[in-house]
Amino acid sequence: MAFQRDGKITPVLNDLSLEVAQGEFLCIVGPSGCGKSTLLSAMAGFLSPSSGEIRIDGQVVTGPDPRRIFVFQERGVFPWLTVEGNIEFGLFALARAERQRRIAHYITMVGLAGFEKAYPSELSGGMKQRLEVARALAVNPDMLLLDEPFGALDSITRLTMRRELLRIWEAEGNTVVFVTHDIEEAVQLADRVVVLSDRPAKIQQIVKIDIPHPRDISSARYLELRNGIFEQLGLAHAI
Amino acid sequence: MPSASWMRILKGSGNWPKGPSGLLTKLRPLVFIAVLLVLWQTAASRQTVHVLPTPLETLAGMMDLARQGLLLKYAVASLFRVTWGFISAALLAIPIGLTIGWYRRAEMAINPLIQILRPISPLAWIPIAILWFGVGDIAAIFLIFITCFFPLLLAAINAVQGIPAVYLNAGRNFGLSPAAIIYRVLYPAVMPQLITGLRITLGVAWLVVVAAEMIAVSSGLGFLIIDARNAGNRYDLVVAGMVVIGVIGLLLDLLMRSLAGVKSLRWGVVTED
Repeated sequence: MAFQRDGKITPVLNDLSLEVAQGEFLCIVGPSGCGKSTLLSAMAGFLSPSSGEIRIDGQVVTGPDPRRIFVFQERGVFPWLTVEGNIEFGLFALARAERQRRIAHYITMVGLAGFEKAYPSELSGGMKQRLEVARALAVNPDMLLLDEPFGALDSITRLTMRRELLRIWEAEGNTVVFVTHDIEEAVQLADRVVVLSDRPAKIQQIVKIDIPHPRDISSARYLELRNGIFEQLGLAHAI
Repeated sequence: MPSASWMRILKGSGNWPKGPSGLLTKLRPLVFIAVLLVLWQTAASRQTVHVLPTPLETLAGMMDLARQGLLLKYAVASLFRVTWGFISAALLAIPIGLTIGWYRRAEMAINPLIQILRPISPLAWIPIAILWFGVGDIAAIFLIFITCFFPLLLAAINAVQGIPAVYLNAGRNFGLSPAAIIYRVLYPAVMPQLITGLRITLGVAWLVVVAAEMIAVSSGLGFLIIDARNAGNRYDLVVAGMVVIGVIGLLLDLLMRSLAGVKSLRWGVVTED
């Protein structure tokens, strides 16, 4: 996969082959600017690869599809719609009663009950992020593609959001592909962590995180896996 | 937390007495205008050469005009021209601008032409307007149309190009048809910027109609001013006309502001976080 800009061709992803299982929670980590988000955008169908292809259930991805919803950082919620309106956005094909049921269900699930009529400008960053996740879940997608979704949140909210996401994933059983630059976050959440190299990105390693949830982040196994990834990226453990 | 209460005091919404100072704040502009009127009255009545009519003379002039029925007639004539010129320009410029903004190549092709036509003062079009439409309402409406068309076109182009890609991508992601993207994403996304553009443009149209009426027609508030001077130096009527123009301009702006206050349209005005 390559981009062309000012006549120069910049290869972003190179010789990259990756399989994601149904219902899996996959994290992609790598150095900043390595092409993690490009890979995710290609999976969503926003970008098409210059060579190679992306298949989901055997079908080649040619464009965006409501069966796989891309979650941007909280910037993706529509500021002109209320909380309800945002969740309802993708439900236009459903009957009114079913729409109402889903809105109520997902508002409660992400803890936004009482804010149905609020506009995003009246919500905190964490609430906007949860709203975007709720909007994505409401269309009942097979896949959630999350691009550094908690990157802009403060560290306390980020921890809460991770727990929430795991809870929702366990309840709903979607396949989740989660891009992050935060190695701790990846090891806390994922079934497998894909470590990408610098641009053009190649898969450096795929680490299977064999710790059941809820994970003890001071356990020896957790630290071992985390430190392994730090080493892969050439980062020291001490600062 | 002590820091929170400090913040409240710094923001001025804490325990400070509010009642009388709040009322004073509201009255301050009125008091200021009253003081200026008194100063104007004293200064103008002491003048030996006639420089400016006094406020009382102006008021008498206004009553005079009202009694003749001219005040209402001319104000309606001016508003009529502005309304039709503004609405026809908006109906044409906004769809065209949105389309041009959407297609980058169209914007690159048309932009130089817009940039050449835009800096031409609408008043420079007066001879052309009279040549095409003769002296009368149509010529004045055409001038207002020209006045509004280019600013609105540019506002619409910029509004489309300023839409964050995430909104459009999210719309496509949820499986919206191109038509649905236009009315469920594009239209609400451009609204705040369009409303600002409409408000500023209406203000300019009101400025231009007065100038246009001095030349192109024989009615309206602009004509009132130039006619009062030509027919016997009635400066009381001139200033009366100016005051009416100012008050109507203020009302037009308030009208547009209330439109911008509709919450689902106004979202862009609220600063995020």
